[in-house]
Amino acid sequence: MKLYNGPIIIVGLVIFLAIFLLPFYISGGKTAAVPKPELPKKSVATECVMPTEYMRTSHMQLLNVWRDMVVRDGDRIFINEKGKHFNMSLTNTCLSCHDSKAKFCDSCHDYLAVAPVCWECHLVPKEKK
Amino acid sequence: MIGFLFSAVAVLILCGIAVAGVWALDLKVLFGVIIPYAAIITFFAGLVYRVLDWARSPVPFAIPTTCGQEKSLSWIKPNKVDNPTTSGWVILRMAFEVLTFRSLFRNMKLDYREGPKIRYSSEKFLWLFAIMFHYAFLVVLIRHARFFLEPIPGALVVLEHLDGFMEVNLPFLGLGLPAMQLSGLLLLGGVSLLLLRRIVIPQVRYITLASDWFPLFLIIGIALTGALTRYVVRVDVVSIKEMAMGLATFHPVVPDGISVWFYVHLFLVCVLFAYFPFSKLMHLGGVFLSPTRNLPNNTRERRHINPWNYPVKTHDYHEYEDDFREKMIEAGLPVEKEMSEPEPEAPVAEGAEEEDK
Repeated sequence: MKLYNGPIIIVGLVIFLAIFLLPFYISGGKTAAVPKPELPKKSVATECVMPTEYMRTSHMQLLNVWRDMVVRDGDRIFINEKGKHFNMSLTNTCLSCHDSKAKFCDSCHDYLAVAPVCWECHLVPKEKK
Repeated sequence: MIGFLFSAVAVLILCGIAVAGVWALDLKVLFGVIIPYAAIITFFAGLVYRVLDWARSPVPFAIPTTCGQEKSLSWIKPNKVDNPTTSGWVILRMAFEVLTFRSLFRNMKLDYREGPKIRYSSEKFLWLFAIMFHYAFLVVLIRHARFFLEPIPGALVVLEHLDGFMEVNLPFLGLGLPAMQLSGLLLLGGVSLLLLRRIVIPQVRYITLASDWFPLFLIIGIALTGALTRYVVRVDVVSIKEMAMGLATFHPVVPDGISVWFYVHLFLVCVLFAYFPFSKLMHLGGVFLSPTRNLPNNTRERRHINPWNYPVKTHDYHEYEDDFREKMIEAGLPVEKEMSEPEPEAPVAEGAEEEDK
């Protein structure tokens, strides 16, 4: 097969493939670790304010709604599907069980390059030794 | 408008295939592993094939488009970018074309603004929508690398945060993800405006075929399902990255609990990848291999030889006379060279011969 301007076209193709196929060879065939957020001990808490499936995908929406209700309406009582009452508070409710940002929040957020705005106002809980 | 309906229905059917396959028939391995791999292989193999096919096609004539003064006498100022004479200027012009879409910026339209007088006026919307769409698509594509790389490079994290600096919070609409990605909005806006352009302008609508409508609808479908999975349905992205990393590291896994909307999005993306090499979307590679853009306009300095020229067998008058000289003299016809001349290389004849070549 005769190519016209073969060398420069092949070089262009190789650069294109090298960039676009990067994810396939950069790992060297090694599988990546899936994040395992550390859940609170059973002695601390057995269930969250909402079911796990909901919290996995929609905790950010819940936190947003909580923030707006507390900051704008002064409403602090959250009643979940089971009729249980909770104090709408990131620091006093969520973080009282999930007490490690590094082991709980960051494990997934770093995995997906997510930067939540929580910590622009809230203090990061001190890590327990 | 047949093409319009055909393409719209085709994209809806594709969505239906993904919903039926994953939700009703539970073919998660097919839609999550086999089809993505098949689409990626088709994309890269097809793209390389198309580029090599263009590379082995000879260019018979030097046909660079020129949009400025050609290099001429020393006292005439040449336009080196728009009428490049060397490879360096060709590369610069190509870079401008690829990065800023200058040919679309020159888009004109026939205008009847002043009564019966017609004039050509500038029409910049195609350029504006195209540049919106292409750069937004590029950012969206690069952002998706976060699903395929672990750890995520710092530059990608920065891009993710810059792109999502605007916060949107409309819980009453079910939109609850704080960081709204501007690129996604621009992509959907740009592609919708490009679609609208083809619908609204009658002349453009007339020349729009199914192969133009289909990619537009397909990309709109991809952008809509992508926005849906991010803002409304809020799919489980940790499981999705697990799946994407499985594909990238050739250890495919299909985690449970991923919404069917993600599979619709993924299936439409696979269709786009597989369709890409065989469609107008190949302008991705074609722009670099377009003879009107990648040839220098140096035809007055260097002769462009048609590569498919073959040696033409000729039989000119001198050879004809050599064949029949004896008979011509016998018949009394005039000949240029007499039989009796022992030294036939006359200067005049030699000159004539040169001209015939």
